[in-house]
Amino acid sequence: MNPDDRHYTQSHEWVKIDGEVGTIGITDHAQKELGEIVYLELPETGHVFNANEEFGTVESVKAVSELYTPISGEVVEVNKGAIAEPGIVNDDPFGDGWLLRIKLSTDQEVSTLMSAEQYAEYVRTEEK
Amino acid sequence: MKFLPVSDSDRTAMLQAIGVARVEDLFRSLPREVLGSPDLRPPMSEIEIRRSFGELSRRTAGARDTAFFLGAGLYHHYVSAIADQMLYRSEWLTSYTPYQPEVSQGTLQSIFEFQTHIGLLTGLDVANASLYEGASALVEALLMAERLSRGRRRAVLSAGIHPEYRETVRTYFANLDLEIAEVPVGPDGATEAQALAAAVDDRTFAVALQSPNFYGLVEDWKSASAAASGRGAQSIAVVAEAASLALLAPPGEAGIDIACGEAQSLGVPMNNGGPLLGFLACRTAHQRQIPGRLVGETRDAEGRRAFCLTLSTREQHIRREKATSNICTNQGLMALAANVHMSLLGRRGLREVALQSHAKAEYLKERIAGVPGYRIPYGGPTFNEFVVEGPEDARSLLSRLAARGILGGVPLSRYEDGSPRRFVTAVTEMNTKEEMDRLVAALGEAA
Repeated sequence: MNPDDRHYTQSHEWVKIDGEVGTIGITDHAQKELGEIVYLELPETGHVFNANEEFGTVESVKAVSELYTPISGEVVEVNKGAIAEPGIVNDDPFGDGWLLRIKLSTDQEVSTLMSAEQYAEYVRTEEK
Repeated sequence: MKFLPVSDSDRTAMLQAIGVARVEDLFRSLPREVLGSPDLRPPMSEIEIRRSFGELSRRTAGARDTAFFLGAGLYHHYVSAIADQMLYRSEWLTSYTPYQPEVSQGTLQSIFEFQTHIGLLTGLDVANASLYEGASALVEALLMAERLSRGRRRAVLSAGIHPEYRETVRTYFANLDLEIAEVPVGPDGATEAQALAAAVDDRTFAVALQSPNFYGLVEDWKSASAAASGRGAQSIAVVAEAASLALLAPPGEAGIDIACGEAQSLGVPMNNGGPLLGFLACRTAHQRQIPGRLVGETRDAEGRRAFCLTLSTREQHIRREKATSNICTNQGLMALAANVHMSLLGRRGLREVALQSHAKAEYLKERIAGVPGYRIPYGGPTFNEFVVEGPEDARSLLSRLAARGILGGVPLSRYEDGSPRRFVTAVTEMNTKEEMDRLVAALGEAA
């Protein structure tokens, strides 16, 4: 159920690498835990982040949570559609509900992230 | 639930963990003079206490028993007996913003109405449920602008902002690594638009201007909005005499982003200096950064009009150290008083209060200007307060008047150097012509 074409973090983001650009979003598990998402606070393009740095917030009817970058790089695109209609993050977290595209500053970091299988195991242990 | 007090060994372990030898060391940053035990009198009987406080009260000149012209941030407007009576109702007396809010529909409705009044008076979209007082409202407005700027560190403040408000800002900023650039007022006592614009740079997150300013002069909100707009900074309107909002153009109409200040004038007695009533309002685009409580209107399961706390997810009890502010309450009882007052007076009544205050102040200003030895140093338009320059030290002049039951103004030397002969005089609808004529005559005799 977690697509295996991407990498996962312990803070429930995913990143899908395509050449030197990584697309970032939150996982299906994360959107379920948050509930109905009503607002996204995302950075502007051009902003440079280190890995594990806070890049924005996601607000649901019951909580506001921080979002962390899985990888370092410069923001090249922000999902305007998701800002206008945050509900698409609930509806399609791995597809149309993506959040940022980042131009990777290194290809070394991806190996430190989890695979789909490892992430599924991580969620199982976290829930115990 | 059990309550287990901290044992000596717990205390020692905690002190060790944070690297402090004794509990007293935690209070080292406090000034020495406040650290000692207070000088309390020995216990008294109830009769003795009443007698003692009675004496204290008789020694204190009250607004009711004097010709009262003190302002400088606190104003003597009429508060209806109806407003007082409403506050005595037991349903309201514990009007602390509730933590299980939706069961308290009456409290929420009153806060919603207060917010609506503030929104209408400021010309802005969203107002919070109130803050403690004007000075901390300015601080919260600035911190809100700082969050919106994401990384800018500098605020531009007009020196026409109340000196105590600026002092409060300095106190907060000293430990936040934020800078203040103060723009002095011009020779006419008002802030120069060009000087304000010139002070803004690419590190500036806010431009704050007060109107009427501390010297009573009406400033142009547009000079703040023009200085900030298009340069990534927020313009902040500061209002210390909220009665003026019923007469002067609302800040929102002049392109101001955030309005804040003191709403004591709108139905709260002077209360010997507090409790007061801070307010804060902004545009919808920035509503997620406004601190404090927000009440919204909604529909219940049966489609009836209902009220709820909204955007609470930004607040301290949910978001802990990531909250927009450590403000998690409001000035509930005073906001209620202001709501009752504004609802009673309505649009026309509030305007009448403002018009009377202004007209009487104009009369007094003109009369004082005609007294030999006195002048009005700033010629610009004022609302209900103005600076007077007398022939001698203002402190001694005013204390001689006070001995005759006339509180004629607040000496500027209390706040700033270099103008010992100047004082600021305020007039409200409470002042009679007889009182004003008495003040004018007393000033003439003193000179």
